[in-house]
Amino acid sequence: MALHSETGGIHLSISKELLSEMYRKMLRIRKFEKTASVFFAEGKIPGFVHLYIGEEAIAVGTCANLRDDDFITSTHRGHGHIVAKGGNLKYMMAELFGKETGYCKGKGGSMHIADAELGILGANGIVGAGHLIATGSAWSAQYRGTDQVSVCFFGDASTNQSTFHEAMNLASLWKLPVIFVCENNLYGISVSQARHQNIKDISQRAVGYGMPALSADGNDVLTVYEKVGQAVSRARAGEGPTLLEFKTYRQHGHFEGDSGAYRPKEEVEAWLQKDPLPRFESHLLESSILTEEELEAVRREVDEEIREALEFADASPYPAPESSVQDIYSDLIEEARIR
Amino acid sequence: MRKITYGEGIREALREKMLENKDVVLLGEDVGPYGGTFGVTKGLWEQFGEERVRDTPISEGVIVGASVGAAATGLRPVAELMFIDFLTFGMDGLVNQAAKMRYMFGGKISVPLVLRLPAGGGISAGAQHSGSLEAWVTHVPGLKVVYPSNAADAWGLMLTAIDDDNPVVYIESKVLYSQKSEVPDKVSKVPFGSAAIAREGADVSIITYGKQVHDALKAAAALAKDGIEAEVIDLRSLYPLDKETIFRSVAKTHRALVVTEEVKRGGYGGELSALVSEQCFDELDAPVVRIGALDSPVPYSQVLESLVLPSVEDIVKGVKEMF
Repeated sequence: MALHSETGGIHLSISKELLSEMYRKMLRIRKFEKTASVFFAEGKIPGFVHLYIGEEAIAVGTCANLRDDDFITSTHRGHGHIVAKGGNLKYMMAELFGKETGYCKGKGGSMHIADAELGILGANGIVGAGHLIATGSAWSAQYRGTDQVSVCFFGDASTNQSTFHEAMNLASLWKLPVIFVCENNLYGISVSQARHQNIKDISQRAVGYGMPALSADGNDVLTVYEKVGQAVSRARAGEGPTLLEFKTYRQHGHFEGDSGAYRPKEEVEAWLQKDPLPRFESHLLESSILTEEELEAVRREVDEEIREALEFADASPYPAPESSVQDIYSDLIEEARIR
Repeated sequence: MRKITYGEGIREALREKMLENKDVVLLGEDVGPYGGTFGVTKGLWEQFGEERVRDTPISEGVIVGASVGAAATGLRPVAELMFIDFLTFGMDGLVNQAAKMRYMFGGKISVPLVLRLPAGGGISAGAQHSGSLEAWVTHVPGLKVVYPSNAADAWGLMLTAIDDDNPVVYIESKVLYSQKSEVPDKVSKVPFGSAAIAREGADVSIITYGKQVHDALKAAAALAKDGIEAEVIDLRSLYPLDKETIFRSVAKTHRALVVTEEVKRGGYGGELSALVSEQCFDELDAPVVRIGALDSPVPYSQVLESLVLPSVEDIVKGVKEMF
């Protein structure tokens, strides 16, 4: 089925199956996050939880271009990336609950989910750390002679870290197959972009590294899909890295419990009108790609997946005490000082 | 047996592993045609080519961080920073990423990375090029830390480091690079967590590593003239630590002196001292003595530098005060 991309002006050929899968993944993220929000408020999920609600189009539009053996690095706001790359909701929910069956055996939590088999090199609690890791995984793919690509997801504020500049420079110099995907949600915690950098478009920064770049609408999944697709083709062909900036907005605060009072009400409302999910739904309906019944069927299936994930997480045991000092090394167990 | 330098020992281990395994790659500032700031990688670029011996920008963050990403996805990178002091710029990659990844990810991702860090003073290089920062890295669960004192150990520990599936911090003593010592015809791997007895003695255990092993041996020779036989333990591996060898020695000598080049405040020497005090209290005839640098940045002037860093005389004096 041929589709017209809303902003790109390029005719994309995307199958109904892929569009339907993209919708399902966006919904999975949205519902997973809504559920996490509720269970965090109830005290079932401890620690920090940073939700991705409102930014789903970027993770899904990006990962729809990737294979299982491609790599991604994620951020502290990582659930959406993990789901989009194919992460298992049960293991994710169990990890958030701090259970033994979680992706990281309950030792990582929301900010540290990884799945080597899906090329997920970890969500990351350090702002800007992923830039360097993705550069390294891209170097590894280049050296090993595979055509794997690495996608580095990061926020606007992380581009002020030295890691961003070091990674951009090396990736460009060595022509590494890495795609830097900036999710510009306009805030670094409470500090608006206008107060943390003197530029409007982060894509401008690529000029200094001789790297192609663009800024685009991050709430339109098809635009994201198209732009990332072009960058992935470049990377697989050995033509080097690309910086893509997608403008978006997080609908919740920086973390659960943050009211987001630093954001003007009108701004929040304007962005809610651009919510990527209803936008994609309308597009699918108006273009007669999916019927309302088909959409509803997907919603029910995703609800069921979430229910199963919750049930799995809730029924799973907490980790055994001795596991607290396991998995530090591949071959040593730290001297247990369990009291 | 033949004699080679400490620097050659490291290089031969790199060469041996690179010949054996194409996943072993080198990167760092000037490691290519230039052969490394201290000449350790000389000839490897010519032998293995640009793809495997990669000069990087002066950009320690990306040297360490990219090594983490590469190690997590199938390579076995050996990264060199010019001086251990520059680890400040690479600390996140080492401490928050490399060291914690396996644990945070439930054992799912390995980071077989070796980070080479030339350390120590003695060459008038000033405070930003003379650090002894082993306490920074031995403090971090998830890292292994080794510090050879001679060519054979430098070679054998590097073979083990490259084969290890965990991040290994390989600290090199700058003043030992050109020092020659004997190596066997076929150098074997030195297992981590195995200390060597550099000199046997019955009266006091001197626990040390790196350049200070040589100072301790000189001190032991001086002490022997006064009838004190010192046993010198070369730890070789700071983590994992060979506690058994330390405990056995202290049980024999009943006295322990720890020598490190780092400042004493908050140092690894304090850890060794506390360990012996806690675990060998009943064996000790005197409190454990710590010898280290003064709590000062390392000064430039040779006169001041030799004053700040621990000397052979400091060790001799420290031992004598225990009797």
